[in-house]
Amino acid sequence: MGRKLLTEHINVEGINTFEVYRKHGGYRSVEKALKTMTPDEVTEEVKKSGLRGRGGAGFPAGMKWGFLAKPEGVPRYLVCNADESEPGTFKDRQLMTKLPHLLIEGMITGSYALGARTSYIYIRGELLYVLRILEKAIAEAYAAGFLGENILGSGYSLDLHVHPGAGAYICGEETALLESLEGKRGNPRNKPPFPAVQGLYARPTVVNNVETIAAVPIIVNEGGDEYAKIGIGKSTGTKLISACGHLNKPGIYEIELGLPVEEFIYSDEYCGGIWKGRELKAVVAGGSSVPILPKELILKTAAGENRLMSYESLSDGGFITGTMLGSGGFIAMDETTCIVKNTWNFSRFYHHESCGQCSPCREGTGWLEKVLHRLEHGHGSMHDIDLIVSVAKQIEGNTICPLGEAAAWPVAAAVRHFRHEFEWHVTNPKEATVPGAVYRGAAVLA
Amino acid sequence: MAKITFDGIEIEVPDGTTILNAARQIGGGIVPPAMCYYTPLKGSGGKCRACLVKVSAGSAKDPRPMPKLVASCITTVQDGMVVENTINEQVMDVRKGIVEMLLINHPLDCPVCDQAGECSLQDFAFEHGLSTTRYEEERRTFEKIDIGPLIQLHMTRCILCYRCVYVADQLTPERVHGVLGRGDASEIGTYIENIIDNDFSGNVIDVCPVGALTDKTFRFKQRVWFTKPVNAHRDCETDKCNGHVTLWYKGKDVLRVTARKDEYGEVKEWICNTCRFDKKETSDWTLEGPAHINRASVIAQNHYELPVVNPQVILDLPESTTRELERNPPLRLGGLNN
Repeated sequence: MGRKLLTEHINVEGINTFEVYRKHGGYRSVEKALKTMTPDEVTEEVKKSGLRGRGGAGFPAGMKWGFLAKPEGVPRYLVCNADESEPGTFKDRQLMTKLPHLLIEGMITGSYALGARTSYIYIRGELLYVLRILEKAIAEAYAAGFLGENILGSGYSLDLHVHPGAGAYICGEETALLESLEGKRGNPRNKPPFPAVQGLYARPTVVNNVETIAAVPIIVNEGGDEYAKIGIGKSTGTKLISACGHLNKPGIYEIELGLPVEEFIYSDEYCGGIWKGRELKAVVAGGSSVPILPKELILKTAAGENRLMSYESLSDGGFITGTMLGSGGFIAMDETTCIVKNTWNFSRFYHHESCGQCSPCREGTGWLEKVLHRLEHGHGSMHDIDLIVSVAKQIEGNTICPLGEAAAWPVAAAVRHFRHEFEWHVTNPKEATVPGAVYRGAAVLA
Repeated sequence: MAKITFDGIEIEVPDGTTILNAARQIGGGIVPPAMCYYTPLKGSGGKCRACLVKVSAGSAKDPRPMPKLVASCITTVQDGMVVENTINEQVMDVRKGIVEMLLINHPLDCPVCDQAGECSLQDFAFEHGLSTTRYEEERRTFEKIDIGPLIQLHMTRCILCYRCVYVADQLTPERVHGVLGRGDASEIGTYIENIIDNDFSGNVIDVCPVGALTDKTFRFKQRVWFTKPVNAHRDCETDKCNGHVTLWYKGKDVLRVTARKDEYGEVKEWICNTCRFDKKETSDWTLEGPAHINRASVIAQNHYELPVVNPQVILDLPESTTRELERNPPLRLGGLNN
């Protein structure tokens, strides 16, 4: 049984109220940080912990905090990215619904470390009910003196606001989020300047994922070194995995990084195997934008080692035979899944969510979707398969923000590993367009 | 000052200069194309991705190459930076891809488009594009939107460079149009049908790199390469307009008035709508002489960059001007030697 750090008390009755949360050791990190530590010491603990951004990119959080510009007399901001909208990812929603005070505690400790006097939680518009939970919790924290002027008599003051988005995936990109928070159209900004120098209202800003910020109280309480002992290599700590798809027990699991993928899928402690006694076919391991891997490559690396749930192991082999941990949206697909249809579906999502600012993504995502639609519906040609790979390549790396890559990677990976399936759609259009029809041949290993 | 190497050519430019502007100081064929960047408009650039270049050494201090291609219009130079544009195969490949992307939903209606001949997209596609397309799907089209009696908005041709949005923000007191919608459904519009009406609204026509915003008083009058540009000025009463324009002649008629553009199509001095739309008589203006036309421009196919004394120009100039020319030696023409 792996250690539970974030979700230790998640099932305690009434844990979403200040009183019960406090009784279970809540807000200790605020007391510890504000009374016994300097802001830099808090940052130092986070650096030591090796905590990596849980939003998808996996950038070391402490290093990100260290980049924050700190000019005299200029306000700084900590912004929590709660715009969780990656298909397959639903961990932050649960964390905020059940443990709103954990996030608030992390925001206070984090803001103290960064010297922010005003902080924001930017939550996706669809989660209005979660916003209400957070607002209630924030009001409780204000009443208890953990927010507002002179917190715990330390002289440190902080105001915390929750701001809802309007339901755009792109607003989960940090600079688009900041634009949206400023009240503008949610278009990603050109970088540099990075938010650490010019972020919200052109002030130095750190944007962190909900889960990243929720890990801060634990790191402060236990110490960065202790936290770093959990996990494997540079993948320290625990991670919430949103497991969905054709699993016996889909849901949110807190795992210690380094857990073998095979154990995660098949053991009863976690997902309990593939439903209806079927075979696993493919896995998208980190939310819809990471490359899909066939069963053989998700369980073992190309070198034959066990694949582990960690940043390094999942990306072993690059994109030829590997993928990414991403945001931890673990989508398992059984043998009845049509990869072409699935890829088209992902592609449809990115087409819909492209902001339309830069040309490769605006035009390319639509193009990909249309060609994939054609392939799925039996009107494609062999030439179309190469076309989507080529279009994906033209988008990748040439856009303002990572949405371009997010749209291109799943398509390129699907063709890379399941080319036979695409070809079967071309050569057997009648068979392939029967509802529920699936290619039963072997996957192509790179 | 920062010293950079662009396509093997060394140049020293002030700190804070963008790579694109540094390349423009070198000039010639190595200058990356720019479809959305517009020097006088703050915040423009970075969107079309036409100007992507390879930075093979970030700076003298940190000579690592930048991992991705960067937009040269918004990336500032660092001392010791090494940039590759035309000499880098990857850059050229990506640029082909960008042309393709920009064209898949473009109507390619150049034969009936007023912008043809002075269209950035046309030039860009001519230089970097393919003569065939791989796009088989239906192209995106929009209804024409009426934004008043002077300007025609034809969204189907738009490449969403955002320049007209910046013009409205930075030149006019109130912006009534903007980008609506998302992804490939984005469009320039006023949301509720509205007229763009203020003294400087006509400048959106000049900054538009394609034929999406055209001058209704010039529509279908003449192909631009059959007209002769002549620089002229007048004392304009409008605040912030100094009345320095280019008149586009066909015979003795002024068919249209535009602001003066440099070789990269950028306007340095904005003009007001009175100058642009209402003053179409030679008598309204003091003529300075033929405008400089870039040899590479399509307009030059019919109208080469002319020596100041080219008799053909003099023939086509209005009588009053020719009389003036006869009185004054031709060398004084051009307004530079006065």
